Amino acid sequence: MKRLPLIIFAILVVFLVIGLTLKPKEIPSPFIGKLAPAFELNILNQNDRFEPKSMLGRVWLLNVWASWCTSCREEHPLLIEFSKQKLVPIIGLNYKDKDPEAIKWLNDLGNPYDFSVVDTKGKVGIDYGVYGVPETFVIDKAGKIVHKHIGPLTPEALNKDILPLLKKLNS
Amino acid sequence: MIPEIGHLALIIALVASLLQCVLPIWGAHTNQTQLMQVARPTAYTQLFFVLIAFIALMTSFINKDFSVINVVQNSNADLPTIYRICATWGSHEGSILLWGLMLALWSSAVALFSKNLTLPILARTLGVLGFISFGTILFTLVTSNPFLRMFPAAANGSDLNPLLQDPGMIIHPPMLYMGYVGTSVVFSLAIAALLSGKLDTAWARWSRPWITIAWCFLTIGIALGSGWAYYELGWGGWWFWDPVENASFMPWLLGTALIHSLAVTEKRGGFKMWTALLAILTFSMSLLGTFLVRSGVITSVHAFATDPERGIFILVFLAILIGGSLILFSIRAPKAVAGEEFDLVSKDSMLLTNNILLLVAAAAVLLGTLYPLILEALGLGKLSVGKPYFDAVFVPLMTPALFLMGVGPITRWRSAKPIDLLTQLRWALGATVVSAVFAPFVLRSWTPGIGFGLFLAVWITAASFVNLFNRIKSHPATVMVALRQQSSSYYGMLIAHIGVAVFIFGVTMVNGFEEEKDLRMSAGTSNSLAGYDFVLNNIQQVQGENYVAAQANITVTKDNQLITVMKPEKRKYFSSQMLMTEAAIHTSFTGDLYISMAEAISNTEWGVKIQFKPFINWIWGGAFLIALGGFFAVMDKKYRFKKNNKPL
Repeated sequence: MKRLPLIIFAILVVFLVIGLTLKPKEIPSPFIGKLAPAFELNILNQNDRFEPKSMLGRVWLLNVWASWCTSCREEHPLLIEFSKQKLVPIIGLNYKDKDPEAIKWLNDLGNPYDFSVVDTKGKVGIDYGVYGVPETFVIDKAGKIVHKHIGPLTPEALNKDILPLLKKLNS
Repeated sequence: MIPEIGHLALIIALVASLLQCVLPIWGAHTNQTQLMQVARPTAYTQLFFVLIAFIALMTSFINKDFSVINVVQNSNADLPTIYRICATWGSHEGSILLWGLMLALWSSAVALFSKNLTLPILARTLGVLGFISFGTILFTLVTSNPFLRMFPAAANGSDLNPLLQDPGMIIHPPMLYMGYVGTSVVFSLAIAALLSGKLDTAWARWSRPWITIAWCFLTIGIALGSGWAYYELGWGGWWFWDPVENASFMPWLLGTALIHSLAVTEKRGGFKMWTALLAILTFSMSLLGTFLVRSGVITSVHAFATDPERGIFILVFLAILIGGSLILFSIRAPKAVAGEEFDLVSKDSMLLTNNILLLVAAAAVLLGTLYPLILEALGLGKLSVGKPYFDAVFVPLMTPALFLMGVGPITRWRSAKPIDLLTQLRWALGATVVSAVFAPFVLRSWTPGIGFGLFLAVWITAASFVNLFNRIKSHPATVMVALRQQSSSYYGMLIAHIGVAVFIFGVTMVNGFEEEKDLRMSAGTSNSLAGYDFVLNNIQQVQGENYVAAQANITVTKDNQLITVMKPEKRKYFSSQMLMTEAAIHTSFTGDLYISMAEAISNTEWGVKIQFKPFINWIWGGAFLIALGGFFAVMDKKYRFKKNNKPL
């Protein structure tokens, strides 16, 4: 009996250790493995429109961002560096933003995107299950979402999760 | 310069805490008086330097020193001074430093008010506290240093989270931490007693005021946090069973159990092992709570900066401290002698039942909090455990405990006759049944929940008054003399128990009779709720110090009499662009009107939520009565720190 608290505590510690090794922020997305929802949106600062199906046959990244989002500022330099490697097209989804502010933001901080599409009302964001900006989706040649990163990209997430995945998908 | 002073002071405090830990404990082990006497001065030294570090950080915030990373991340040039001061503990780093400061304060308080402790016990108690301080300060320096700089300095900071820019945040964290950290004193006393092999009534008498004070702070801290959630989060809830709330509630439950079990140990010499275990567990829950909140192991709405590396540090610390004390407990506890025997119907057995129920309730809260983590660790997927689970588990566990609150205080120690209890409480029982069955009809509707809640609230109140009445009646002197001769701790118990009744009444009324409407309003629109009429006069844009807001102006009348004008706001903070709902609340004794703005539907129309929350203030009123009862209990003559008290 006197050892019971100790035993319970030991079991608790084991679970807490396992808990620490899990990624606490990883929330399973029902979109993984499904086709990326279709949409048609204006391209920011261009007189053109974009549909995801035009990317069929290519692996690409969809990065959700906004000029009002402070965490986007955090991941921005990393995204710029990444875009210089020209591994895959990066398309921005400018989420619930105003065009002039978005354009100014890209002019000031640099533009890592091939282009950005404008989702002023956030409707496409809802289709993609966006609940925090920034978010990054990896979409494969068949137009399926294979990976989703919530929150600002980190060098760790990029090097350990996204880059190996892109290499695998592109091979 | 100032941050460097703070950094250096913290390093010196680390050394002081190490000395405070090692020398006195070694001295107590080898019986060297000189080493044991080091305990007090090192504790004071540690406090002095932690205080300097804390003031240095606060100064950096006040001076807007944007070369300090912590200041950049949690402050802003536009932030009002009072919130720049609060921002000192608004971040992870700062709040851990506050934790350390509180711990140093408690240690010094022990050093100061310990004239009647024997030297070995004092040395061991301060030694254990020193070990906890050492871990905390080391954690701050290694993983959460608030004094780190960045060059070049930033032009401006990214601001304190707008949710934390609130008067409640000025005192809520310090109160809560005083409570959390204060449980370390009884923990250390229990460890010292186990090490010395002296789990006796003197130890219990010594522990009681310390846990009671810490528990009062914890009670107030939790109540303030709940109040903050109510008016700041903007949708009128007051408790969410969020992991962070649970983290503060678990030590409270165990602390409540400990206070009651210490009464048995002090008065009757019983439950010694059990009391020592509760003392260990109460502090363990405080520490585990810190781990859960700070490690990011469980995501919650309170998720500030979280970091797995910090989690590993706290977990190792937790394993050493709690694991170590439980090992000590399993080795030493059998040596403690059993207390006196008692019958099934007796104050002893009722207090034991109360203890077990509180412990099981704390375990149930812990299970609910950790369940998502356990499931995930076993690879069974992700889920969240919410209000339905906690309500379903908590209410049935607490009901018998609350019922016993009425019976326990009038029951004799060792052995009581059920028939006597029934005779004494028959009026209370009658009044309770009548009010539980009929009162809700007066209030328009009767549901099992309302009847049940009223039953418990009235029962506890009535039984408490019967208790007082019996004491006065059996006293030979006049009523006034008899009232004056009751001890302060007796009144403390009555006040705290009635506080629980007030709390239950508040919860029952809010759950049973709250009303709400989601409205679409534009200038000139009117509506009514709970007998009040609301007219939206206009919606204006107003400018605050660091935000801009849409502010509605709503006139509230009842029977054509003006009640008040309410001005809820939707704020947008400049620096973070975060939107905040600033509810307007009109408080009265019988309930709150609560108006919050949802979204703008068009240029002229807004979504507006109007709520009536009957007797909601009784929830916090009850909590403050509970804490007040605790303070009365501590004021009792027998705990005055006088020299002529029998030393341990």
